[in-house]
This record gives sequence, C-alpha cells and structure tokens, in this order.
Amino acid sequence: MSLAETEGAAPAQSGQQGGEAAPAVNEPKMTARDANVYYGDAHALKQVDLDIGTNEVTSLIGPSGCGKSTFLRCLNRMNDVIDGCRVVGDIRLDEEDIYHPSLDVVQLRARVGMVFQKPNPFPKSIYENIVYGPRIHGMVNSKGDMDEIVESSLRRAGLWEEAKDRLEEPGTGLSGGQQQRLCIARAIAVNPEVILMDEPCSALDPIATSRIEELIDELRQNFTIVIVTHSMQQAARVSQRTAFFHLGILVEVGSTEDIFTNPKDKRTQDYITGRFG
Amino acid sequence: MNVLTILLVLLVLSTAAYFVGQRQALTVGGGSAKQLHSLPSYHGFYAALWVALPAIILLVLWLVIEPHIAESVLLANLPQAFSQLSQAELDLRIGEIKRLATGNIVGATISPELQAAADGYASTLTVSRIAMIVAMAVLVGIGFLFARKRISVSLRARNQVERVTTVIMFLASLIAILTTVGIILSLLFETGRFFTMVPFWDFLFGIHWSPQTALRADQVGASGAFGAIPLFAGTMLITVIAMFVAVPVGLFSAIYMSEYASPRVRAIAKPLLEVLAGIPTVVYGFFAALAVAPFFRGLGESVGLGVSSESALAAGMVMGIMIIPFVSSLSDDVMNAVPQTLRDGSYALGATQSETVRQVILPAALPGIVGAVLLAVSRAIGETMIVVMAAGLAANLTANPLESVTTVTVQIVTLLTGDQEFDSAKTLAAFALGLVLFVVTLCLNVYALHIVRKYREKYD
Ligand SMILES: Nc1ncnc2c1ncn2[C@@H]1O[C@H](COP(=O)(O)OP(=O)(O)O)[C@@H](O)[C@H]1O
Ligand SMILES: [Mg+2]
Repeated sequence: MSLAETEGAAPAQSGQQGGEAAPAVNEPKMTARDANVYYGDAHALKQVDLDIGTNEVTSLIGPSGCGKSTFLRCLNRMNDVIDGCRVVGDIRLDEEDIYHPSLDVVQLRARVGMVFQKPNPFPKSIYENIVYGPRIHGMVNSKGDMDEIVESSLRRAGLWEEAKDRLEEPGTGLSGGQQQRLCIARAIAVNPEVILMDEPCSALDPIATSRIEELIDELRQNFTIVIVTHSMQQAARVSQRTAFFHLGILVEVGSTEDIFTNPKDKRTQDYITGRFG
Repeated sequence: MNVLTILLVLLVLSTAAYFVGQRQALTVGGGSAKQLHSLPSYHGFYAALWVALPAIILLVLWLVIEPHIAESVLLANLPQAFSQLSQAELDLRIGEIKRLATGNIVGATISPELQAAADGYASTLTVSRIAMIVAMAVLVGIGFLFARKRISVSLRARNQVERVTTVIMFLASLIAILTTVGIILSLLFETGRFFTMVPFWDFLFGIHWSPQTALRADQVGASGAFGAIPLFAGTMLITVIAMFVAVPVGLFSAIYMSEYASPRVRAIAKPLLEVLAGIPTVVYGFFAALAVAPFFRGLGESVGLGVSSESALAAGMVMGIMIIPFVSSLSDDVMNAVPQTLRDGSYALGATQSETVRQVILPAALPGIVGAVLLAVSRAIGETMIVVMAAGLAANLTANPLESVTTVTVQIVTLLTGDQEFDSAKTLAAFALGLVLFVVTLCLNVYALHIVRKYREKYD
C-alpha cells in the first residue's frame, strides 16, 4: 500500500481540522478561501477553504453531488463554461488571484490542466491529440519540436511503448485505459503546473485503473495533482492529503492517513466506514 | 345513394355497434371489467369491426366488378344494328351510351336505339346499386348479431382486434410501397420506349437539345435533337451557384446557433430560419424572376456586362437562399451531437471558443456536415419552380452564370405542358429525364443518409 510509502512528504499534520484551512503538507500551490459556487439559485459549494500542496496529490472524496467536481472546476475556471454558474471567493495560484479580471483564462488553463471522468480524446490522430495544446499556446514551431513533445508527453504518461508505432492512428481507436493515458499525455504536453483529475478511473477496468494510479504517483514528482475519486481505496493509495466534502461543505481535510485512520468528524467517519455514500 | 353516403352510414352504424358491444361486455362481466379477458372497449371495437369490415369488403369488390357485369349486360342487349360495327366504332357507341346513361352531354344526335340502350344501361346500374345496398345491410346485420353472440367473459377481443389492426396497417404500408414501385416501373417502361426512338448514347452524351418531333417528314422541326448534356450542365451550374450561397451562410449560421447563441437567441432564431423552409417554392420563384433577376441585369448594365434577364445567377442565388435552412438545420443538429466532453477537453487545454470550433467541433462534425450538404444538393437538383420561373428555357451549353440556362426539371415541365401526343419522343423524353433525376437524387440521398447515420453511431 502506498499509504506507507508517503516518503518525502511525510505526515506533518497539525491539529486544526473541520472546515478550517489546514496547512498543506508542502508549500501551497493553490489556495481557496471562502469559495462559494452557485448554479442559478442553488448554492452548490459553501465557504470552502482549502490548500493544495505543491508536488503532492490531494484527493477529494465525498458522496455524489457533494460538490467535488464543482470545486475542482473552480481551480481552472471550467465553471465559466457552464451557463448560470457563479463563483464567489478568493482562489489563488502561486498567490495570484485566478478570478482577477486581468487574468487570462487561456494562460490559466495552460498552467492548470484537467483530465475528465470519461476519456475524451479528440477524433484526431494520437499525434494531433498531443500537439493540440502546445500548438494553441504557440509552444511549438517546427516538426522537430512537435515530435519531441509528442514523445516526451507519451513517455511521461506511460503510453509511448504502446503508441509509438501508431501515432497517426485515431486516438479514439485506443482502449479506454490507453485513451485516458492519452488524455493525461495531452494535458502534460502543455507543461502545466497543476493537473486536475475528475474521477479519471471511473470508466476503466481494474488493470487500467492501477496503471493510472501508478502514473499519478510518478507524476507527483513534477506536478501538483488534485484528484476527485469515488473510491476510498484509490484515495488511500494515491494521495497524500484527503479532503472530505459533504453537501457542498468541506467537512474535513488532513493527511490521507489521518482521514482514514483517525477521522475527527462523525460524518467523515460514517462515510469512510461505508455508512452512507 | 353514392359511395360517400354509404360510408358515412356505415361509420354511424359501427360507432353504434361499438357502444352496444362495450355495454354488453360490461353487462356480461357483471358490471366491471375485472372478469373479462379483454377490456370492454376492445369488445366495442370487436363489434364495430364485425359491422363495418364485411360490408366494406363487399363494397370494394362490388365497385370493382360492377362495371364489367353492367357492360356485358349492355353488350348482350344491344340492338341488331350495332353488330355490324367495327370494334373501334362499337367502343365509341358504348362510350356514348354510358355518358348518356349518367346524364352527361353527348355531342352527336341521339338515335332512338341509342336512347333505349342507355335507358337499359341506367336501369342495370340502378338495380345493381340497390342490390348492393341490400347485400351490405344484410352483412351489417349478420355481423352485428354474430358479434353480439360472441361477446362473453372469455372472448379474446383484444387479440382479435389487434390482429385486424395489424393487417390494416400492413395494407396501408403496402399501398405506399406499391405506389412507389408502380411509379418507378412506369418511369422505367416509358424510358424504355423513349430509347427505342432515340439512341441511349445520343441522349446521355448529346450536346444539342431541341426536343421536337415532326408530324410530317418535310416539316421545319423535323430534326429534333435529344442530347441532354446542356440540361445536365445547366442543372449543375445552378446547383453550384446555389451551393455557393447556401453552404457558407448555412454553415456559419449553424455554427452560431450551436456554439455561440445563448439559449434565448437560439429559441427565437432557429424557428425563424426554419420559416425559410416553409415558404412555397413558387414564392421564391417569382421573387427570383421579378426582383433578383432584374436587379442583376440592372447591375450588369451599369458595369457594362450583358446579363440575360433570365440568368442562371438569379435562379441559383434564390435557390441557395431556399436551401439555407436545410444546410443550417442539419449541420446544427450534427454539431450539437458532438459530445460536450470534447468541448470541455479543448477548453481545459486553454483553447478559445473559436479555436475549439475550428479545430475540434468542425472536424468532428465534418462527415455529418458533408451529409447535410449532399442532401441540400439533391434538393437543389430536384427543385423545379424557381428555375421554371427564373432560369429560362434556352438550352445553352455554357458555364457563364450571366446567361440563361435550362435545367432537367424545367424541360420536363415544358415537355409535358400543352397538348401532346403521349407516345411521341418529345413526351417520352420527359420520362427519361425524370429517371435520370430520380437515380441521381436517390443515390445522393442514400449516400448522404448513410454518412449522417454512421456519424451518429460514432457518438452514441
Ligand atoms: N451544470 C450544473 N448545473 C446545475 N447544477 C449543477 C451543475 N453541475 C452540478 N450541479 C449541482 O451541484 C451539486 C454538486 O455537483 P458536483 O460538483 O457535480 O458533485 P460531485 O462531483 O461531488 O458528485 C449537485 O447538487 C449538482 O446537482
Ligand atoms: Mg463529479
């Protein structure tokens, strides 16, 4: 179990918990203070304070509809795309307010990438899927640049060996697990600082799931990762910190080990022992 | 009593039978439907069908057979004087007798024998009609009594009614299919006759179209030419012009509707655009002929270009406008079918909306859009009214959109209007043109629908 292997980022946990912003294990990469989200009149996320530590994996758990995805989408402003969705609060990336009018969403999303629940490769070749982002951001000028980015992204996503001979084939022809790794490679290709993953394994079989989990553990070296998951085992395996949401409220956040072995809140306890969810 | 009245009476009777059957079923079931195998309403339909169906079948058979019997009775009773007539003259006389009997005007003076025969014929018809009504009434009565007798707790009325309904629906679809087959067969048959007069290759690849057949060999128009290439070319020219209008406008409006418009704007603009599809083509036609064509001619004159007053340009432009809703509404559907997850994926990589549209949505929707355009092309090729009114009749073989051209559909119309011998090459040419039109649009439609369907499957 990777719980025991949380090497460098050892549990340096302070006592404060339950709605309060517990300090991240590492230096916070992103911070949310008093974040609220409304869908029309529905108040979907209520006063969330949460820090995302640099180069660690933070998992968001909680029953369906508790606002995990909603919070995740606040971090790269994907909520902007949804009609009638309003975000209030202070959310920062490296101390910079990402909802500030002068901030360019395009730049933000280059720095905060996202992987979705259902693998969604574009109906283009594997190669084109990878270079899509870099091209948009003007990061590549020559065929050489592109070849390099394709190879390095696929290698980092653990897909190079399987895909190197079929780069020109459509990405949609890969298996579900491969497609999801392609989507991770696509996100990595623009060299983001943070990667958000919304239940990235929920559409995959157990073997594909464990490959992605291994991958997440490797990616932690270079990226800050936030993952929404339905599976508590997965949260326990891949993350260093876990945040438990319930009914739009951040109930408890702490080191993964603490949350699973020693939850402070009754609701967390009920959830991780499977009494509701 | 004419047939319509008979049918109305039948309808009333079977409605009555419905209520009687329903009531009876309830009574049999002891006031509730629980014990019955089928709901009371099915018993009602059961009775209604027994009242109406046998009578209707009899009616149809009678109407088919009656004329033959009446005619043979007429022939048998004809006066001696008629027996020396030739077959053609006999037919003529019989026609006169029939018209006389039904009270229509006959040109010739009426001889007493003729009048007598007509009277005989009329009385045969009357007797037949009365016999038919009596027979139907008997059938209605028997059917009604039979149904009443059958209605019981265990009668499987639902199953029987449903079986009859299935048969009726099957007959309805059979009629539709047989009609289509019949039309195609007659098209093929007449086309075959045409090709016995005009060689196939001359028709398909000839470049002179002047469809006339001479009554006498030394007539001026004796040299008819049936080369259809100018027509195909004219059709193509107009279709291409129409597509130049419809594809960009339709596509851009579809992109706007599906990607940019707010739901409110979309809810208003989309139906408005579809109103274009509801305008009768004849209205587009006179719009083209009276407004657009003169406008282009005036414009041409002012820059020193000779524009024909019936130009391919005017017809094509207006046809393009007519086709916009086809392109836009279908493309809009196709783009909406592109899953939201693809858009999200693109936005999450930092793409702007226009980048997402250009690089993700359009490529993903391309097969469907191609299908939409092909359907629009087939619509343009088959369109008649606009070109009849605005494109002219001159079968010029030209690529110049400022000249007047003619199309396949226009020529079919002109070939068949006016008094024509039905078996001249001129008339039969219309069938050959129709067949070409049919084959081309059929292929286009099948191919386009195939593309669209395959595309839909991809995203299910
Ligand atoms: N696009 C949306 N429009 C309206 N309400 C939404 C939308 N997305 C989510 N919600 C609502 O917000 C709440 C939180 O949803 P979500 O963040 O998707 O939950 P989770 O990911 O934890 O299952 C739910 O009550 C959901 O119904
Ligand atoms: Mg979710």
